[in-house]
Amino acid sequence: MDIIVCIKQVPDTASLHTLKINPKTNTLMRDTAPAIINPFDENAIEEGIRLKEKYAGEVTVLSMGPPQVEKALRDALAMGADNAILLSDRSFAGADTLATSYTLAEAIKKIGKFDLILFGKQAIDGDTAQVGPGVAECLGLPQITYVRKIEIENGKLRAERTLEDSFELVEAELPAVITVTKEINTPRYPSLKGIMKSKKAQITIWSLKEMSIDSDRVGLEGSSTQVIRIFTPEMRSKGEILQGTSEDVVDTLINKLRERKVL
Amino acid sequence: MDYFLTEEQKMIVELTRKIAREKITPVVAHHDETEEFPWDIMKLLAEADLFGVYIPQEYGGLGGGVFELSLVTEELSKVCGGIAICYAATALGTYPILLFGNEEQKKKYLPQLAKGVRLAAFALTEPNAGSDAAGIQTLAKKEGEHYILNGTKQWITNGGEAEVYTVIAMTDRARGARGATAFILEKGMDGFDFGKKEKKMGIRASATRELIFTDCKVEASRILGKEGIGFLVAMKTFDASRPGVAAQALGIAHGALDDAVKYSRQRVQFGKPISSFQAIQHILADMATQVEAARALIYATARMIDKGVKDIARESAMSKLFASDVAMKVTTDAVQVFGGYGYMREYPVEKRMRDAKITQIYEGTNQIQRNVIALQLIKEAAKGK
Ligand SMILES: Cc1cc2nc3c(=O)[nH]c(=O)nc-3n(C[C@H](O)[C@H](O)[C@H](O)COP(=O)(O)OP(=O)(O)OC[C@H]3O[C@@H](n4cnc5c(N)ncnc54)[C@H](O)[C@@H]3O)c2cc1C
Repeated sequence: MDIIVCIKQVPDTASLHTLKINPKTNTLMRDTAPAIINPFDENAIEEGIRLKEKYAGEVTVLSMGPPQVEKALRDALAMGADNAILLSDRSFAGADTLATSYTLAEAIKKIGKFDLILFGKQAIDGDTAQVGPGVAECLGLPQITYVRKIEIENGKLRAERTLEDSFELVEAELPAVITVTKEINTPRYPSLKGIMKSKKAQITIWSLKEMSIDSDRVGLEGSSTQVIRIFTPEMRSKGEILQGTSEDVVDTLINKLRERKVL
Repeated sequence: MDYFLTEEQKMIVELTRKIAREKITPVVAHHDETEEFPWDIMKLLAEADLFGVYIPQEYGGLGGGVFELSLVTEELSKVCGGIAICYAATALGTYPILLFGNEEQKKKYLPQLAKGVRLAAFALTEPNAGSDAAGIQTLAKKEGEHYILNGTKQWITNGGEAEVYTVIAMTDRARGARGATAFILEKGMDGFDFGKKEKKMGIRASATRELIFTDCKVEASRILGKEGIGFLVAMKTFDASRPGVAAQALGIAHGALDDAVKYSRQRVQFGKPISSFQAIQHILADMATQVEAARALIYATARMIDKGVKDIARESAMSKLFASDVAMKVTTDAVQVFGGYGYMREYPVEKRMRDAKITQIYEGTNQIQRNVIALQLIKEAAKGK
């Protein structure tokens, strides 16, 4: 079973306080915080490796981004992925989810051989959750999102799809596209041997030219999203804590609500 | 201070630190409170290949040495000295096989130990033989092709949890110190049982048990080296393992220093953080200086051993002596910086102080380390060096 896991490098939200927004383009200044693999994508990598360990085959990690993304791909190799491909080209920069989905889908077509494509349910920077489904649409493949459990039997895939307060059991033919939640597994730590291997590993880099795809469908040019403004929502005014016996507190509360004409 | 670690050593430190921070920190108090053995953590360390850092590649390890082992032990001990010793005691049980095992024994045991799928332990101490190791009573009586073991080992770290044991027993009492032999034993052998688990002051995550041998039949192929060199096996093992205990002490001390610096900036008295008082600053400065000195001594010793220098008893003893005394001093001072809060279980330094104490006692008390160092000094002087 050959698996492709699409991953994104994102700024570490644990260092959110160091993050800055470029005032001109209204986009994140990515070098202002340490970069990590999008946490949900780590679950996708883990699931890919587990499925490979169970059914044999290879795991290929695929990412689009600047050359620094090599680090994220090497981290995935250290966990146990077999191959890594980076889509990197100046013209890919500034892509929205539409252009990203198109570019990734074209790369997946170029890879050719696969049974399953895994994504994290969303990236913690943009939080759109659109790229997984977008790639599935570009490729015309079945998609199951928010998956917390995968089973494969006789070439059929069965997944538990998380809903608000229940789950759906969904079946699909392979190949299919899956996006996973945190609950699906606990990502492993890389092993020392894995890290050493990953340092020496060859990472395949594909540019626009090597992919021979439409240049007007990638990057900023191929994006239909325009960021008009980014702003921090205004802080809500502080709450007030009422103290005293329950009766007093309830009385004061009612009075206050009346004053504000809520009641 | 920059010790110019290799890329590989930096990787080892980074990975161990990550696991320690993310996975050990949340369970430190639990294991200290319950004395439950940290199997989950051992499994994580195993999967990360950390049990193999000091084992040669041909036996499935990463090909490092005492230095790499010390680095891992130090990092783990910064977070929990108790969990760290479960790891380091496996190395103590493995070193005799590394140093004295024949090819067959190495092939049989080292790959599993490097993978961490089995833990190891080392058993010398007995109820009536601690510092005076030559006084051990456990007897291995030769009967045909076998030896029959009878006796009790006491306070064996990883006892009951480990599966591979290096055990020192007397094969010939008449020959005194030349009458001891080292055996590789395995959990589950007939006549090999465990006594009760000890309740301890510190390093409570670790398991300390008795090993009880009752007519335990052991094949001659389980002898390490040859008959009669049991104490040599033990001494050479300690020479290699003492920097590991020293690294445990160093990690505990470093953890206490970090805690103290952080706390001193938060705690406000007389309208100022206590870190603004010179009296506190001087305590912190002394702590930091001692920790760094201990680290420099340990790293230098570990590098010496890994370069293949044969005569290392003195340096090895110095590392253990100095680092463990530093650990006791620094953790006590950390409690002082914390004041009353430092005395409370809810704060981390109380445990560190309890954990530090053992490093002055096991693998030879610090009195014994001083004996070793002085003996070397006098020997060298006599040789006119
Ligand atoms: C938690 C724990 C884990 C342990 N793990 C192991 C293990 O895995 N394997 C193992 O084999 N052993 C282990 N030990 C045993 C440990 O190595 C011994 O406790 C240690 O060697 C000291 O022996 P003792 O306790 O019998 O003290 P004693 O030898 O009775 O010493 C008592 C005091 O007298 C001093 N003293 C003794 N002789 C002299 C001397 N000649 N000159 C000056 N002072 C002297 C000592 O320094 C000490 O202060 C462990 C012990 C503990 C507490």
